Amino acid sequence: MPKYLLLKHYRGGPEHHRPVPPMDQWAPEDVEAHMAFLFHVTELLQKNGEFVDAQALTQTRTWVRYGGPDAAPVTTDGPLPETSDLVAGWYMIDVDSYERAVELAAYVSSEPGPGGTPLYEWIDVREVMSDVPRTAD
Amino acid sequence: MLRALVPGVLAALVRRGEDFDAAEDALQEALLEALRVWPEHPPRDPRAWLATVATRRLIDARRSEAARHRREDAAYAAEPRPAAAAEEGDDTLFLLFCCCHPDLPPASQVALTLRAVGGLTTREIADAFYVPEATMAQRISRAKRALRGRRLDRPGDLAVVLRVLYLVYTAGHAGRVDLAGEAIRLARQLTLATAEPEAHGLLALMLLNHARLPARFDRDGRIVTLDRQDRGRWDTREIAEGVRVLQSALAAERPGRYQVEAAIAALHDDAANADETDWPQILAWYDDLVALTADPVRQDPAAVLGRAVAVGHVLGAAAGLRETDRLREVIGERHRWHAVRGHLHEMAGDRAAAASAYAEAARRATNVAERDHLVRSAARARAGAA
Repeated sequence: MPKYLLLKHYRGGPEHHRPVPPMDQWAPEDVEAHMAFLFHVTELLQKNGEFVDAQALTQTRTWVRYGGPDAAPVTTDGPLPETSDLVAGWYMIDVDSYERAVELAAYVSSEPGPGGTPLYEWIDVREVMSDVPRTAD
Repeated sequence: MLRALVPGVLAALVRRGEDFDAAEDALQEALLEALRVWPEHPPRDPRAWLATVATRRLIDARRSEAARHRREDAAYAAEPRPAAAAEEGDDTLFLLFCCCHPDLPPASQVALTLRAVGGLTTREIADAFYVPEATMAQRISRAKRALRGRRLDRPGDLAVVLRVLYLVYTAGHAGRVDLAGEAIRLARQLTLATAEPEAHGLLALMLLNHARLPARFDRDGRIVTLDRQDRGRWDTREIAEGVRVLQSALAAERPGRYQVEAAIAALHDDAANADETDWPQILAWYDDLVALTADPVRQDPAAVLGRAVAVGHVLGAAAGLRETDRLREVIGERHRWHAVRGHLHEMAGDRAAAASAYAEAARRATNVAERDHLVRSAARARAGAA
């Protein structure tokens, strides 16, 4: 069964279908509803036997590269352009098909936003390469 | 309990001259076999059983090694002796000094302590820290290799042992393995072996914090802050034990940070509701805490930050905020600094400033439960401000 990452982004991706302010500016009950939904998604995936992993990333990003012989690693500090992609976290799922992955991504994207109506957030669906060829294909 | 036997058996093996690394492996195998065999054939003397099986494993291991080296193995076929009847606490202390060797990095000290003293399996430790079992196995065997050739018979550094146990305690209550409970169990064994007041202070601190654990999260896993906790759910037996342990530690009149932090925890535990909290007394203990370091802002910013909250309660939110200003340069990028300022702004009635501070804190949080809590706090403060 193929594995997929359903990636959520802090920023980047196609233009927002529904622009919303940051969550700390939502009504408290909308925040609760949103968090409860995400909790429910994890539970649902576990119950379906499709859950592999779910992780959230902090917003701090450092780009690092080799500095050359006898030199310290080179890192970027300072603000990056607001346009660059920043991953917020993911669900890793193990599902029957690409179609199922898309279906689940759309479900995640229906998470409630301000006013309790869907957020229409873009979800980045990426297939994970397997280590070895499948025995029958 | 099976795991309570581990320090005694392992210490006896090492004391009679076995290599720590090999003895620990052998005992781990014996433990796994015990889990398999004991349910149907419970031994009459569990400790002797473990010692015998572990010794047999050691001999087997040496035989195969000896065969590789084409050496005689007769010299090693020693009869298993019953484990020496040393004090349980002494064994624990001896092993803690081995596992918390100052040359090991903290993650290795923690892993080795949980396995060699706590008797947890590699799998359980891996689960507790959410890493693959192979990674944890490698971390443990590297740590043991690093100890090879080190003299393990001298007393080690108790301060390192205490720090490792506190790391285990704080590592989490969420995983499948109750690390907090394990840390308390180990600290309790440690206090049997040493009268050092800081060891007792650490045990007291753990107990007095752990007592509030049942009230710290609601049914949906949301953080409940101290002032909103249902104090009826606090564990009064643990509080009583913590206070007793703390009093015995303080009687020695050699204060240290664990004793002081335990005293602060005890004052929180003592209040029937948040309004009855004895903040002046808490502030006095924080004064002691920051006095333990020469430059607290740099050396112990967490203590200065905790003290700022107490200052806020005793002298007013504005005074508390002024205290946090001193820390801006040192921990101004940490979520806790912003969270404390949010709390103090809220106390001052400035909900808009509180909301921004909580939002800044949420942006910097490194833990999902805390992040969610801070986002909620920001939204609540903003809704109240509007």
